[in-house]
Amino acid sequence: MSMLTDLLASLFGMALLNGEKTFWLPEQASTAAKNVDWIFMFIYWLSTFFFVLIVGLTILFVIRYRARPGHKEQPSPSHSTLLEVTWSVIPSILLFFIFYYGYKGFMDLVVPPSNSYEIGVTAQRWSWNFTYPDGYVSENLHVPVDRPIRLVMTSEDVIHSFFVPAFRVKRDIVPGRYNVTWFEATKPGSYQIFCAEYCGTGHSDMLAQVIVHDTGEFDRWLEESSGFLDKLAPAEAGELLYKQRGCKQCHTLDGTIKIGPSFKDSYGIDHVLTDGSTVLAEENYYRQSMLDPQSQIVAGFDPVMPTYKGRLKDKEVTAIIAFIKSLSPYGAVEAETETPTESEAQPETDSATDDLD
Amino acid sequence: MARKYSQGTSGHAEHPSWLQHHFDTAEQQFAAGKMGMWLFLATEVLLFAGLFCAYTVYRSNHPEIFVYAHQFLDPNMGALNTCVLLFSSLTVAWAVRASQLGQQRLTMALLAITILCGFGFMSIKYIEYSHKWKHGLLWGTRYVPEQHVETGGHGEPPEIEVVHQDAGEVEHGIDGTAVVVHEEANLTPGQIIIPEDERTKLATAAIGPLGLAPEVSKDEVAGEHAEVAPDNVHIFFGIYFGMTGLHGIHVLAGMIMLTWLLIRTARGHFSPEYFTPIDLGALYWHLVDLIWIFLFPLLYLIS
Amino acid sequence: MNGSDSTTTADSAAGYSSAQASSDNYLTHGKGIMSWLGTLDHKRIGVMYLGCILFSFFLGGIFALLIRTELLTPGKTIVDADQYNQLFTLHGAVMIFLFLIPGIPAALGNFALPLMLGAKDVAFPRLNLMSWYLWVIGAIFAVASIVMGGADTGWTFYTPYSTSTDTAVISMVTGAFILGFSSIFTGLNFLVTIHRLRPPGMTWFKMPLFLWGIYGTAVMQVLATPVLGITLLLLIVERTLGFGIFDPALGGDPVLFQHFFWFYSHPAVYIMVLPAMAIMSEIFSVFSRKHIFGYKFIAFSSIALAILSFLVWGHHMFTSGQSALANFVFSALTFSVSIPTAIKMFNWLATMYKGNIHLDTPMIYALTFMFTFGIGGLTGLFLGALATDIHLHDTYFIVAHFHYTMFGGTVIAFLAALHYWWPKMFGKMYDEKLGRIAAGLVFIGFNTTFFTQFIMGSQGMPRRYYHYLDEFTIYHQISTAGSYLMAIAFFLMLYYLVKSLVSGKPAPANPWGGNTLEWHMTSPPPYYNFKEAPHVGDPYDFSDLEWDEKTGGYVSKSGRGAS
Repeated sequence: MSMLTDLLASLFGMALLNGEKTFWLPEQASTAAKNVDWIFMFIYWLSTFFFVLIVGLTILFVIRYRARPGHKEQPSPSHSTLLEVTWSVIPSILLFFIFYYGYKGFMDLVVPPSNSYEIGVTAQRWSWNFTYPDGYVSENLHVPVDRPIRLVMTSEDVIHSFFVPAFRVKRDIVPGRYNVTWFEATKPGSYQIFCAEYCGTGHSDMLAQVIVHDTGEFDRWLEESSGFLDKLAPAEAGELLYKQRGCKQCHTLDGTIKIGPSFKDSYGIDHVLTDGSTVLAEENYYRQSMLDPQSQIVAGFDPVMPTYKGRLKDKEVTAIIAFIKSLSPYGAVEAETETPTESEAQPETDSATDDLD
Repeated sequence: MARKYSQGTSGHAEHPSWLQHHFDTAEQQFAAGKMGMWLFLATEVLLFAGLFCAYTVYRSNHPEIFVYAHQFLDPNMGALNTCVLLFSSLTVAWAVRASQLGQQRLTMALLAITILCGFGFMSIKYIEYSHKWKHGLLWGTRYVPEQHVETGGHGEPPEIEVVHQDAGEVEHGIDGTAVVVHEEANLTPGQIIIPEDERTKLATAAIGPLGLAPEVSKDEVAGEHAEVAPDNVHIFFGIYFGMTGLHGIHVLAGMIMLTWLLIRTARGHFSPEYFTPIDLGALYWHLVDLIWIFLFPLLYLIS
Repeated sequence: MNGSDSTTTADSAAGYSSAQASSDNYLTHGKGIMSWLGTLDHKRIGVMYLGCILFSFFLGGIFALLIRTELLTPGKTIVDADQYNQLFTLHGAVMIFLFLIPGIPAALGNFALPLMLGAKDVAFPRLNLMSWYLWVIGAIFAVASIVMGGADTGWTFYTPYSTSTDTAVISMVTGAFILGFSSIFTGLNFLVTIHRLRPPGMTWFKMPLFLWGIYGTAVMQVLATPVLGITLLLLIVERTLGFGIFDPALGGDPVLFQHFFWFYSHPAVYIMVLPAMAIMSEIFSVFSRKHIFGYKFIAFSSIALAILSFLVWGHHMFTSGQSALANFVFSALTFSVSIPTAIKMFNWLATMYKGNIHLDTPMIYALTFMFTFGIGGLTGLFLGALATDIHLHDTYFIVAHFHYTMFGGTVIAFLAALHYWWPKMFGKMYDEKLGRIAAGLVFIGFNTTFFTQFIMGSQGMPRRYYHYLDEFTIYHQISTAGSYLMAIAFFLMLYYLVKSLVSGKPAPANPWGGNTLEWHMTSPPPYYNFKEAPHVGDPYDFSDLEWDEKTGGYVSKSGRGAS
């Protein structure tokens, strides 16, 4: 197959052989991409042929038979079964080929090899969580190169869709069900993940990266990242969780209002809820807001937060609370041993993960 | 079907009052009306078809829900309603005949009986609905079956008791699902626990036909009378209320239409030459009956 | 049916009511607003539809311009994310439910169908008027969602998003539900009219191809729309009463909604496109002065499309996780749809062969249709093929594809038909030169706007994105520039059409030389259409017509028809 693929690829799109970005298609970075692309280019040239045929003849006829002094329509037959059959059958045969290769390519896209490395995907408005076999969760997808990756995906709220253009992979993520897709990355690097199924306000911000590691590096990265809860101070671990688990999609650190209340100066003050009551923001309030978000909605906000019950361990909840406390003057006094964190993103913790790449 | 336009401008004057100007003959008008009504009935069937599809999909994927939940419906009530509607079909068909023969009084009487049958049907439906309402056997989020549900008695459903449980203790699984640990101590056998957090109850992952939820293995369908309520029983009641509710609306519409026909008959609008509205109205009423004939076994007689 | 030709020549010579003075036509037959709002005349109902539909098109166009303007820059340009989401929802819903679906059948079809058929009216004039009122009520509900907070679900209303968002979804969905019934009744009316009101001599194969197209459309309207009705009804009870049928949190299946929705909405695509193709069959023949090529193949391909359109809905869900078998079947069936379409394209081409092609405005649009719908149809092949669809699904490639079919197909055909029948409807000629300029601008603007979207789509730009990555900026800016050009073209069109109503030259009975029945009556047509049964001949035989310099139109050599 691969020889045929290469041959066809070279026939239908010269640039595709080396996998670079072309006029029509993005860079190829998975085993599937080459396969999809030659079908794309095959249909492309076939369509171009028919388009040139139809439009070319149209233009030709308009020029030759345009109404002008001295020109009159000439009699010609108004039906021809032979012609009709010809222009029905020839396209039919071509369509059959497109259908056949389209289906074949699709089966390659959806049936994961049995030795795949499995990663769990949880989509929620408007972030991604990728769960590795050892339980570590990250916000970007890290995978080893040259190894089939099987993604088992589900959604916490509405339908999303996992889309990596460079891999030519897309699969809807439906709540209440697991959808599976797979790919095998061929080049180390970083590739864009989009959410392709409309999911509301932050749909276009529901982005992430696939980071493809060299084979050995991936294992090292996973091992080092997984222990962060034990290695880092609670507030720092909390900040990491804040970025990785989707908190930051809705809760800012600088006091601006997004989908949910900002975490800045949130701890230790009274919040007014939608039912008019007030609640003092202390540890139990945050814990409950994570595990049962609908129970206490701060006035002025919509009840859109999904529950984190079962998705955050106790230790993680504690770490996030520690992080929120560190952002408030009330919290900082209490937890004076911790360094108060600045509102802007922390390069240290960012690099804590990225350095391990 | 009309073959020829009436000749000359005098053609218009020959039109009887009930013949609209753009038709040439009574036959043409009748044929058009009849075809229009049949097409309309086709759209009605398709309207219900959506619900029948939903029924088929959920029943084939979750037969246990249907086997369990149908016990709360009273087949005697359903059978009675079937008889009422069948009888009304007879009377309305007779009314068409009577109107065709010019028997105005008989037509009126038969139409009145048909309307009364409609009332009868709706009354029985009301009794059934209010019973379900009282016991919280409703759809989706409104499905809150009360303790010790007793039905009309004929289905003899098992006594079930439902305990609304608070979150309980949550153990955190690494795979991202929560396991609710039940406080077994307070429960007696026969009680059902409805966990508060439905979200964690993800359906099993699989890719079924047409991508719908997977089929439940047959042995999960436990016999005639399931002792324990399966998950998502409310789906059955959603479909039940959806189908019978939409049907009820059609019965009501039919009754209004029959009343209108009754009034027109009383005013002497119809004659052996022109009784199209009664004919078409009867067609509609037959369709409403027919849909019920399908609904009754599908909802009440599940085994 | 009416097989034999029972009318004699003598009948036919006297067989037209068109000798009446043009002062008594359907436009002047009654005075005052109530003579319009209570009219049962199909022509007036058609004109009322036309007014409403053009207004909807204007509204949808404004939304489109706002969307394109927002997308000039990767970040915020003029509106915020929620407003943007409402804008594309409104644009889609208004364009599809208010404009495209009723556009050709209800507005132009209502006007032209009984005339072309030789009937005095549609079968059920009251039902026809009711359809229009339902349209108005549905439109009010749909547009009222703006003031009630706007719906932000996209026109597809996918669950569970549509059941969980807190915007005015119910108002929008109720509007679509009511509009669905308007569409059903129009289709039902047309079916019965074509079956039961054909005059003597009007056999099935003497019907103009426009009627075949409308017939196929009506079948789909009647058979598919009720399913949309029940789907939207279920969505409404899901939102208001918490039914749970589509709610995964309650054990329901959200993908079932997609199946239901597309079972209607794929035929709906053909409800929009079939009448467009039907118009093309008229225009290519008339403006090439040639008999249509392959009449029966075009007629049957309309019916084939109507049937096949019911079997392909699953191709909207190739990525949803439906089984590989379902994908296999739906992909195969999808390709089968392209055959009847190809047949039509080749037949139109053959119709032009050796013709005498007049490049009047309607024909310019018809040629545009060849170009744009050609691209729209061919890019469908990428999406029917499973492997490539996975990559292209829900990207701008899809957006470009359906705009090439819906705009490049239906809207272009609508404009062609509007310019074709405008003189007949209002008895006034528009400025032909401005008409051609506008048509040219639409062509350039349209291709600039949407061709770029193919490129960014296949490069991976997802649809319905408020923010986008910097690498797509240039494509978006070119696209927006194209949309402004189109806006200019449409304002130009508005100008010369209004001007023609005010000060246009009176239209002759037959300005283009058509041989279907409506061209044998005065412009505008008389109130009663036909007092006598019209003579029915071959609608595509132009040998009896010759250009008459004096009236600026075509007249019959044998003395048949209007002055």
